[in-house]
Amino acid sequence: MNAPATAHIFKARPTTARRREKTSFWLFRAATYLVLFCGAAVFATIVVKGSRSVFQAKAPFINTTFFTEAPESLYVFEYQGKKMELGDKAYRAFKAQNPDAATVKTESYVYSAGGIFPCIVGTVLLVVGSMTIALILGVCAAIYLNEYARDGRFIRFIRLAILNLAGVPSIVFGLFGFGLFVLFFDWNVSLLSGWFTLAFMVLPVVITASEESLKSVPKGFREGSLALGATKWQTIRKNVLPYALPGILTSSILGIARVAGETAPIMFTAAYVVRDKLPWDVEKFSDFFFQGVMALPYHIYVVSSKIPQNEYTERVQYGTAFVFLMIVALVATTSIVLRNHLRNRYKW
Amino acid sequence: MVIADPLSMDTRSSVPTPRPTMGTSSLATAGDSSAPASEILIDIEHLDFFYGASQALHDITLQVEAKKATALIGPSGCGKSTLLRCLNRMNDLIDGTRIGRGTIKIRDVEINGRDIDVIELRKRVGMVFQKSNPFPKSIYENITYGLRLQGVKTKAQLDEVVERSLRAAALWDEVKDRLHASGLGLSGGQQQRLCIARAIAVEPEIILMDEPCSALDPIATAKVEELIHELKTNFTIVIVTHNMQQAARCSDRTAFFYMGRLVEYAETRTIFMNPGNPQTEAYVSGRFG
Repeated sequence: MNAPATAHIFKARPTTARRREKTSFWLFRAATYLVLFCGAAVFATIVVKGSRSVFQAKAPFINTTFFTEAPESLYVFEYQGKKMELGDKAYRAFKAQNPDAATVKTESYVYSAGGIFPCIVGTVLLVVGSMTIALILGVCAAIYLNEYARDGRFIRFIRLAILNLAGVPSIVFGLFGFGLFVLFFDWNVSLLSGWFTLAFMVLPVVITASEESLKSVPKGFREGSLALGATKWQTIRKNVLPYALPGILTSSILGIARVAGETAPIMFTAAYVVRDKLPWDVEKFSDFFFQGVMALPYHIYVVSSKIPQNEYTERVQYGTAFVFLMIVALVATTSIVLRNHLRNRYKW
Repeated sequence: MVIADPLSMDTRSSVPTPRPTMGTSSLATAGDSSAPASEILIDIEHLDFFYGASQALHDITLQVEAKKATALIGPSGCGKSTLLRCLNRMNDLIDGTRIGRGTIKIRDVEINGRDIDVIELRKRVGMVFQKSNPFPKSIYENITYGLRLQGVKTKAQLDEVVERSLRAAALWDEVKDRLHASGLGLSGGQQQRLCIARAIAVEPEIILMDEPCSALDPIATAKVEELIHELKTNFTIVIVTHNMQQAARCSDRTAFFYMGRLVEYAETRTIFMNPGNPQTEAYVSGRFG
C-alpha cells in the first residue's frame, strides 16, 4: 500500500464506526433540541399571550385588577362613536350615569373581565391543605416502611400497592374522591374533599421520595445514635429526619406542581365554576372546610371549553395560564431555597 | 439470676456534682472495692451465632477482664466484628440474625435475656465504629447527644462533660476554640477521637471499638492507640483490628479468630511471641490472612 508521506499510525481515517458515531451523536443532539424547542414554544406562547392580561402600559405596569378582582362578564358596545369594553360593575355604573346607553346594542362575554383572585386563593388553599395532609401521611408511612418494618411479603405487597397508586389516572382519583368524600362522608363539594383527594393522589410521590431520602442518610448516624443508648424513635427524630428533610422537601416540590396543576381530581370534589364569596367569608369557622372554591386549573378549563370562544376569552385563558405558571414557579423556587438552606445546615 | 442487675441501675443522672475522674461511678456502684484486678466483666460461653441460615460464630467461649484492652484479630469474615456487635446487641438491627446457643453475660447478667432493656445495655456498652461517624452537628452537640437523650439539660453539667470527654479523648486542646463548629470539619483522626469522646461522655463501662483506625493515617492511628492506653485505666476496651501491630501495641489480651471459631485466646505477648496454635502462628507472622 502506498501510504502518503504524512501517514502515521494514529492518523484519523473515516471508518464505519466513526460515521455511525457521528450520525447517532447528531440524532441525540437533535432530539434534545426538539424537546427544548417544544418547551420553549409552550412557554413563549403563554408568556406572550398571557402578559397582555397581566401587564399594562400604564403604571404600575401590572394589571392589578386581574390579580385582585373576581371574574366578571365583559360588555362590549359602541357608545357615541367610541368602542367601550367594560366589566359588569363598571357597565352598571356607566348605565346609571348614561341612561341612553341601555338602548345601545351590547355584546356580553362571561368571565372575560375582572380578575382571577378567587382562583388564586382557591388553588393556594388546595395546595397548602393537601400537601400538609400528604406530607404528614407520607412521611409517617415512609418512616414506618424504611425504619421499622421488617422486609417481608406484606411489606413488598404494600410497596407494590404504592407503586400502583402512582399509576392511577387522576380522573379516577377524582371519581374516588367524589364517591368517598363527597357522597359517602357527605362532605359535599368542599375544600376538605379536595384536600384528601389531592393528598391521596400525590401520596405515592411523597412516600417514595421520602423513603429515598431516608435511605440516603448514612447508616452510621443511626448506629452511632443507637450505640449511645437512644431509642429508635429518638434516633429517627434527632438524627435521621432532620437530614432527610431536604430530600423530602424536594419531593414535595414535585407534589406541589402536580397538586396545583391537576383539574380532574378537583372537578367533582372541590372546584366551583364561579363563586361570589371568598373562602374566608364564612359564618362559622367549620364552614371554611365545607365550602367549594374556585381554582386556577379548573378556571382555565372552564374559560377555554365551557364558554363560547372569542378574542376576549382568550385573554383570560392565557392570562390565567401565565399567572398559574408563575405561582407554581414561585412555590418551587421557595421550596428549593428552603431545601438548600437546610442542606447547608446538615451536610455530610 | 438476680434481675435488679447493674444494667438497669443508673446512678449517673442522679449524681449532680461533677466527678474528678471518668467512669469511676459505675464501678463504685457496681463492684466492691476489694475485687481482684483481673475481674471478669464479660463472660461469653458456647456462643453460636447465625445470619439467617449461615453460621457466623461457632461455639465461642471467651472471658474479657475489666479495665483491660482485649483485641480480637483474624482475617476478614472470621466473625470478630460479629462477636463485637453481639456485646451491645447491635446485631439486633440486622434482619435474620439470631443466637443459636450459648450465653453472653456482662457482670453476670445474660444480655440477651427477655427482660433486658437494650437501651440501658447500650448506655453501659459504648461503641466506636470503623468509619468515624460524627453526626452533622457541632462538636458540642455531638458530645452532648447521649446526655441530652437521658434528659440532662443543665448547661453547666453539659459543659463540664464536654470538656471532660474531650480531654479524655485527647482532643480538647485541638478543638476547645471551636466547640460549636461542625464535627465534620475535623480531620479523619480527630473525627474518630470525637466519636470516642462522644462514646465516653455517657460514661459506659465497656467501650467496643470496631477497627477504629482502619481509615486513619499512621500519625492519627498512633494518637488513637495512645488514647486506648489511657482509656484502659477507666474503661474496659474490646477492640477489633486488622492490624496485628496494633493489637500487639495496645492490647493486654488477644483472641485470634478463624472461620467463625476462636482459635486461641491468651496474653497478647503469648499470642505474638509464642502462640500455641500453628494457625495463630501462621497468621501473626503474616503467612496468611
